[in-house]
Amino acid sequence: MKNKKFIYNYHLMLFPGVILLILFQIIPMFGISIAFEDFIPTKGILHSPWVGWDNFKYMFNMPDSYQIFVNTIVIAVMKIVAGLIVPFVFALILNEALNRKFKRTVQTIVYLPHFLSWVILSGILINMLSVNGIVNAVVQAFGGDPIMFLASNHWFRLVLVTSDVWKEFGFNTIIYLAALTSINTSLYEAAAIDGAGRWKRLTKITIPLLIPTAVLLTTLSLANVLNAGFEQILNLYNPIVYQTGDVIDTYVYRAGLLQAQFGLATALGLLKSVISFILIAISYRLAYRFANYRIF
Amino acid sequence: MVRDRNLAVDIIIYGVLTLIAILCVAPILNTLALSFSSRIAAVSGKVFFLPVDFNLASYREVLKDHAFFRAFGVSVERVVLGAAINFIISVLMAYPLSKSRRIFPGRNIYMWLLIFTMLFQGGLIPLYMTINTYGLLDSIWALVLPTAVPVFNIILLVNFFKGIPKELEEAASIDGAGPWKILFYVYIPTSVPVLATITLFSVVFHWDSFFDGMIYMQHPENWPLQTYIQQVVVNANQMNNVTDPSEIKRLMAVSNQTLNAAKVFLSMIPILVFYPFLQRYFVSGIVLGSVKE
Repeated sequence: MKNKKFIYNYHLMLFPGVILLILFQIIPMFGISIAFEDFIPTKGILHSPWVGWDNFKYMFNMPDSYQIFVNTIVIAVMKIVAGLIVPFVFALILNEALNRKFKRTVQTIVYLPHFLSWVILSGILINMLSVNGIVNAVVQAFGGDPIMFLASNHWFRLVLVTSDVWKEFGFNTIIYLAALTSINTSLYEAAAIDGAGRWKRLTKITIPLLIPTAVLLTTLSLANVLNAGFEQILNLYNPIVYQTGDVIDTYVYRAGLLQAQFGLATALGLLKSVISFILIAISYRLAYRFANYRIF
Repeated sequence: MVRDRNLAVDIIIYGVLTLIAILCVAPILNTLALSFSSRIAAVSGKVFFLPVDFNLASYREVLKDHAFFRAFGVSVERVVLGAAINFIISVLMAYPLSKSRRIFPGRNIYMWLLIFTMLFQGGLIPLYMTINTYGLLDSIWALVLPTAVPVFNIILLVNFFKGIPKELEEAASIDGAGPWKILFYVYIPTSVPVLATITLFSVVFHWDSFFDGMIYMQHPENWPLQTYIQQVVVNANQMNNVTDPSEIKRLMAVSNQTLNAAKVFLSMIPILVFYPFLQRYFVSGIVLGSVKE
């Protein structure tokens, strides 16, 4: 009897959250039908004319589509690669510093950008990268001409990847640092007795024991192949760099909310959601198969 | 730990780490220096990490800007309301979900609902239409209700709750405590670090969000601070409406750097103040939360 009372209360505790999920996550999913309609706001979702796959056909025939998909994948993959390598290397270097106070200070500093919004970081970057900003002062000190980083298709992607590394690399080392603390110190002692120097211990013990974590993170990052970083790009791009910086999410935003092409924007967003969902499912499967990793 | 230190190697290691840390904060220091410099010094590109022609003109100008303070107020309201809702929902959902299916049949159905909504979303346009239909445009609820269920935080908390010894709950249960009492007197007091962690995440999330404010708030007086900064500082620089490249380049050159720097710096102060207190919690919180039985 007592058990029944408990279970009743468990459902009760979950009730408010479930209602909110239904209202703001499940019900909007019915709005996906806009992707198959010539949506007219005054007529609403139920009464707008049904056009089947027309929005998708239009999307694939649109000259911009190819560029948007290429930009999205190129930027996302560059970020994934940089985001895997930099924290790994940084964690190894940090692990070699033995002074605890120094280590903690460095960690506190490098985690900070993770907690600042892309609006703030973009405000900072726009100042720094402007013609009279600090970066161009350095460029000129070395005899170069000032560069318009944010108005140059040559530099824009590099700015995106570098600033993304700046924001996230510190925070992404946390998981490696956790893995490093779990390495049994007697391994190092045994190796030292056998005459292994510092470099040998790094390459023969530390790195091999971190590889499983790195493989796991690589697998999970597969899910982000279509996430080029909406908030960052929205705050840094401008029409000059659409050619190299316009991605699916920014296009959906402009087409849907600024130009009122609801059907097209919803269709493009839906395509992205479905592909991302498949990628996440695959990456979790792989992570479970090879690393026995489960998120829940 | 083995110690066969080599001074040269140590100097390189500490040097590289110091350099990386400095590079990380350099942009923030540059912004701070700009905000205290004269406009002429900023435009001529003389400002690095120390103010040039130190003055408070930019801050005096921000003080006169009512829109800035109104937006600050909206953000504070959003953070308090949003983080409180996130906290209540997270605790209430994580506790039953930390029970096994044997004890709580139906647990997995809820869990799948949670995971599904995390992995698959209707997308921008359908969500916007829904909020519009509910009549929530220009309401603070449009900022806190769609984000009320923080699935990632809940999973973190579920994993932590799973690690709390069952004996504690059994003992309380024998003493006559029901599930609500057990949650409030056993689970919450033993989970302070992880609760601090998820609260930090919620506060930062709500403070940093700008996009929902930008699309749901049609009147500028309802903008939260990040949306205000986005519109005034960032968007003014982007000139998405201007298509002539030479015009864009000209506008980029004349933007008011010092005033923008002051606004950007002021808007990050709450994070900077809050950060050291919770920084010591979040690492332990994340590590603890991800440890499973």
